[in-house]
Amino acid sequence: MAKKVSKYVPYLLVAPALIYLGIFIGYPMIEGIKLVFYENGGFSLATVHRAINNYYFWPALKNTLGLVVIIVPSQLILALIFALAMNKVFKGRNVALTLLIIPMTLSDIAAGLIWYSILSPSGFMNKLLLNLGLIHAPIQLFGYQFHTREFIMLVFVELWRSTVTIFVIVLAGLQMISQEYIEAAEVFGAGYWTRLRRIIIPLLKPSIQTALLLRTIYAFSIFGIVWVLVGRDIPVLAGEAYYQVTQIKDYGVGAFYALLIAIMSLAIGIVYLKLTKAEYLEVRR
Amino acid sequence: MNEKTMHELRKIGFYTFIFIVIIWMGVPLLVSTLYAFGVPDEYYNPHRIIPFHFTLKTIKMLLFTLGGWNALKNSVIVATLAIIISFALGLPAGYSIARFIFPGKDTIKLGMLALKIFPVPIMAVPLVMLYIRLHLIDTRLGVALAHSAGALPLVVLITASIFAGTSAELEEAGMVFGLTRFQSFLKITLPLALPGLAAAAMFTFVGSWNEVFAASVLTFSHRTLPALMLTLMQTAPDYYKFAAAFIMAFPAMIYVAVARKYLISMWGIALK
Amino acid sequence: MVEVKLENLKKYFDNGRVKAVDGLNLTIRDGEFLVLLGPSGCGKTTTLRMIAGLEEPTGGKIWFGDKEVTYLPPKDRNISMVFQSYAVWPHMKVYDNIAFPLKIKKYPKNEIDERVKWAAELLQIRELLNRYPAQLSGGQRQRVAVARAIVVEPEVLLMDEPLSNLDAKLRVTMRAEIKKLQTKLKVTTVYVTHDQVEAMTMGDRIVVMNKGHLLQVGPPTEVYLKPKSMFVATFIGAPEMNLMEVSVKEMQGGIVLEGEGFNLALPADLGELLRKYIGKTVIFGIRPEHMTIEGVSTLEHVTRAARIEGVVDFIEALGTDTIVHALIGDRLIKIKLPGHIPLPIGEKVRIVIDLDNIHIFDKSTEKAII
Repeated sequence: MAKKVSKYVPYLLVAPALIYLGIFIGYPMIEGIKLVFYENGGFSLATVHRAINNYYFWPALKNTLGLVVIIVPSQLILALIFALAMNKVFKGRNVALTLLIIPMTLSDIAAGLIWYSILSPSGFMNKLLLNLGLIHAPIQLFGYQFHTREFIMLVFVELWRSTVTIFVIVLAGLQMISQEYIEAAEVFGAGYWTRLRRIIIPLLKPSIQTALLLRTIYAFSIFGIVWVLVGRDIPVLAGEAYYQVTQIKDYGVGAFYALLIAIMSLAIGIVYLKLTKAEYLEVRR
Repeated sequence: MNEKTMHELRKIGFYTFIFIVIIWMGVPLLVSTLYAFGVPDEYYNPHRIIPFHFTLKTIKMLLFTLGGWNALKNSVIVATLAIIISFALGLPAGYSIARFIFPGKDTIKLGMLALKIFPVPIMAVPLVMLYIRLHLIDTRLGVALAHSAGALPLVVLITASIFAGTSAELEEAGMVFGLTRFQSFLKITLPLALPGLAAAAMFTFVGSWNEVFAASVLTFSHRTLPALMLTLMQTAPDYYKFAAAFIMAFPAMIYVAVARKYLISMWGIALK
Repeated sequence: MVEVKLENLKKYFDNGRVKAVDGLNLTIRDGEFLVLLGPSGCGKTTTLRMIAGLEEPTGGKIWFGDKEVTYLPPKDRNISMVFQSYAVWPHMKVYDNIAFPLKIKKYPKNEIDERVKWAAELLQIRELLNRYPAQLSGGQRQRVAVARAIVVEPEVLLMDEPLSNLDAKLRVTMRAEIKKLQTKLKVTTVYVTHDQVEAMTMGDRIVVMNKGHLLQVGPPTEVYLKPKSMFVATFIGAPEMNLMEVSVKEMQGGIVLEGEGFNLALPADLGELLRKYIGKTVIFGIRPEHMTIEGVSTLEHVTRAARIEGVVDFIEALGTDTIVHALIGDRLIKIKLPGHIPLPIGEKVRIVIDLDNIHIFDKSTEKAII
């Protein structure tokens, strides 16, 4: 009896999750494809045409890709630095740690609004600089004409908000590294940077892999923070999907944009997988 | 004594870095909170860097006239449901992947990774159709179910990597001493995995709490906080924005203040 | 190949409340295999880590030859270390693990290859070079750790209980191998263990430590036969040395040890040493193998002996030896006899004591008088 049970146990444990996902992701996926490619009972590319020829489409695509390319690597490096720093014991570590954790609990809308208090024309930054005499008129960061500034601002605020999510995973992974591994490297002549490069980072690969994958997905569907800070000045794919679904009620076009996000994410995900696969974890005894 | 001065310099550099981080992280929170309570006139006054006079009017308006309070309640309910559902389904799956070697395991793992990449937006659009049919549209359960589906692959993978990180030998030692695999899991692996699992749970909660898209698309009257604020803020004057930020951030602050000891001792314990 | 000198070495924790190492003075000779022996918490590992540079001393100095290294980071000390759980990096192949110290020190590529293969050959792990640590057994990983430690020629080789995670049989094999290796390489080695058998079989000299203090240092035979304190006497040797309280009396011009149920007359030269203790109690010690039972076994090389009466209480038949538990009065002592001697329980026996191997300890200081 025991042997029979143990053979199926792995499958039994995995089954509920798989079934749930099948329903909640599989079905909408199919529906989504139907919405995009099916019109009046037959295969049609009309929706696709509408979607691509939309005035906002290409800017949205460019912006979304641009944001991902800039934000994700920067976040990784920043998170690594934070994790290495927080791994030591020092005075004020509790304060720093608490503050770092806070953005993790904020919605991206809240983060955007919080930073608005600093960056707005009547915001903290402007008032401070004005009263210190460093500028004569408020620096305008918002407005359709300030495309570059708005873009940089988005990157900056998003870094503030979501670097933590990588930080938490990397720190947990860092602590799982046995101190002896690092001491051995020290004894055998490795300085700090060598230890970092040869021992710590390779052993962090599983954590980094998880974190990177996560952040890239989120970054591709970046929406709330853009919408609340700059509105449609900087169109992004998810924003356009939202707009189409809720305002225009064109479910097909909305689904198309959403599908595009999914495909791009998938492609990048596969690339990541191939690049960061940690061979030694897969090796069986 | 060159070694010593280098050591001191490094220390100063380190603490400067920490100081900058603290300022960067803390000042926006401080400022936005002050502005949230500040009298609107002082906000528009270019000579008042920080307001001196405070009022509760803006916040009250947001909460009670504009529907903020209800939205807050909705957010909490949805996020909690999301954790329960996704962990109940995901933890066993993650454990199975980490501990057992069985045919199809790699496919499942790959599948989870692929699904994890699947973002919420695409689900929300066709999900609207399904929900209308199932009368789940505009319900908190509906949003929670959608959030759980989004969180599930993540939970499976994170728990799998956490369990993979804790040695199977420790569990086997437990089994040698008379525990069943399940008991061994509960008494040995689970406590060891707790820091990582807590991180995963926090993650899921945040994911649901932050989630704007699906929440906005799937509801109209039972909106979660972010969904409500999204539409409100498009037309509101500046000072409402800070009040909105405060309302959304305030529960987060409480959470961090209360759970801080636990959170930090979690890291602290792992460090000692 | 260097002499290591520890000068008044101290390590305190918790603001001075925990004195892990308290004033250690020791010179480790060039090329010797020195064992730091003691129970857990005695400070041996802390001492090793200070020699390695992994812990900063609270006080005192450490010298490698004529260079003071007290605060030098480990990487500048030209040392190697074998850690208790081996610390073999899981993400690198065995080859890369062993090659690591060489790569860091920027050895030319072909020399790295040569040395790695040489070290692997010495440790008999040549076929494992291309594998990952996860694919190896504990014993194999341990060999990798040792190979990695010898591949660069370190000035000092440090080992932190490297055999404690191995199964018993492997431990015996590895003991011999490590010792042979060290003899061949002639590198100054400091070896930490709590296992006195390891210490006795491997060390050129043994340092017995307890509570942060050095109790005795000397070659194994010296520490074994001439322990300077009760702790050392009982820590080394299995079964443990027999200890009992006796009073020192003067009888008929000679010194006699009066114990429970027996009297032991001491020869003149030994008795002299106890003159100061007449009328007081001291601790009398004798190792199980320095006694025998008249009629059933003999003790070789005994020049002077004394006899006391006892009753057999229990027999441990080990095959190669027999441990006889005998009652002297109310006291139980153990006597080790070679071979298989099945004595009946309750039998009255005459115990012969080798007087040249008795030990007397001061009751309060626990230091050896004889």
